Amino acid sequence: MSRALWTIFRRDLALLLQGAPGRGGAALPLLFFLAVAMLYPFAVGPDARLLARTGAGLIWVAALLAAILPLDRLVEPDLDAGFFDQWALRGISEELLMLLRILAHWLSFGVPLMLAAPLAAGLLNLDGAQLQTVEIGLLLGTPGLAAIGVTISALTAGLRAGAALGGLLAIPLAVPLLIFGAGSLQPGGDGGLLLLAAASMAAVAIAPFAAAGAIRAGRE
Amino acid sequence: MQPCRLAAYDLACRRGDRLLFKAVGFELHQGDALQLAGPNGIGKSSLMRILAGLLRAYTGRVEHEGQRALSDERPALDAHRALGEALAFWQRIDRAGEARADFGLEDLLDVPVRYLSTGQRKRAALARLAASGAQIWLLDEPLNGLDAHWGASMQAAIEAHRALGGIAVIASHQPLQLQTLRTLALLDHLV
Repeated sequence: MSRALWTIFRRDLALLLQGAPGRGGAALPLLFFLAVAMLYPFAVGPDARLLARTGAGLIWVAALLAAILPLDRLVEPDLDAGFFDQWALRGISEELLMLLRILAHWLSFGVPLMLAAPLAAGLLNLDGAQLQTVEIGLLLGTPGLAAIGVTISALTAGLRAGAALGGLLAIPLAVPLLIFGAGSLQPGGDGGLLLLAAASMAAVAIAPFAAAGAIRAGRE
Repeated sequence: MQPCRLAAYDLACRRGDRLLFKAVGFELHQGDALQLAGPNGIGKSSLMRILAGLLRAYTGRVEHEGQRALSDERPALDAHRALGEALAFWQRIDRAGEARADFGLEDLLDVPVRYLSTGQRKRAALARLAASGAQIWLLDEPLNGLDAHWGASMQAAIEAHRALGGIAVIASHQPLQLQTLRTLALLDHLV
């Protein structure tokens, strides 16, 4: 069983990192994230103090939107192609499959975002302390964003306009992560990081069950 | 081959608010083959998914001993990968031997799945099923897209599987040339 799961995880990760025709890849959310960070100074002007004060919050908004980008390819292509049915026939639990997919999704968008954050911090004139808080926040918060993303993908797979609907559904669920993540950047915001970790962990704990339930319900 | 058995008792299937069929029952033992027959839309594929455990029956129950394998219209092969790699993915999961030789796929292993024809994709999916080592084969329209030659090869593969003690359930609207084939006409089970 563990060998089968490892094989499935490697495929999940390869598809999400490199993409496939019609599936994009890890580069797209990353470029989107950097593009937002780059455009913001153009839009609000080069006031270094304003950028430093608002930039970290903007990083969180960009991270949330970047997490929404790959929603339509997290679950639906494999559902359409019959992969989930074949896995079910082999007795592989949907909960485990969804946990693997959350992990693969996080590795393909959360980790690249953390690697790109210093670049975004430079564009937004954040100092070292702010960057450190952003990085810790992303480390704690992006697993939650990945869990929410996979759950929403499983719920909307097979629906018409599922991708657009998925984005709309993911935003309110991700609001607590955004509030605590951006809040941790305020002076004395360490409590925000703790709450961020709690919200993120709750999402990761619930998501495999919710997403697996959605896959099974979709078969009826 | 491990002992296997597939039995259905008093199955009924509801899709939406329509009852498709009722009182479907049978019992299959080693070496048995059953054809599900009937016109389009009568519920052959739904019955197949109930037998596979993917769909809940409205009433009744399915009992099975032995591993089930399903081949339907979705091959579950990565379209952008070479056929050999796409099949190797399932081989690693199934940990089973290779059984491609019967399906003439040797020359296609380097070809990306999206460039394969319908019949070639079908053959690949059937090769995957044959290689999976499952005792109970559930074949939903296995002859679709296959020409006469490969259709005959497919039926020969089913016969070989039965000779080893396997079970085959075949949903097809085409006549099959299988020995001692039982037929379940879903028209007799309309509501």
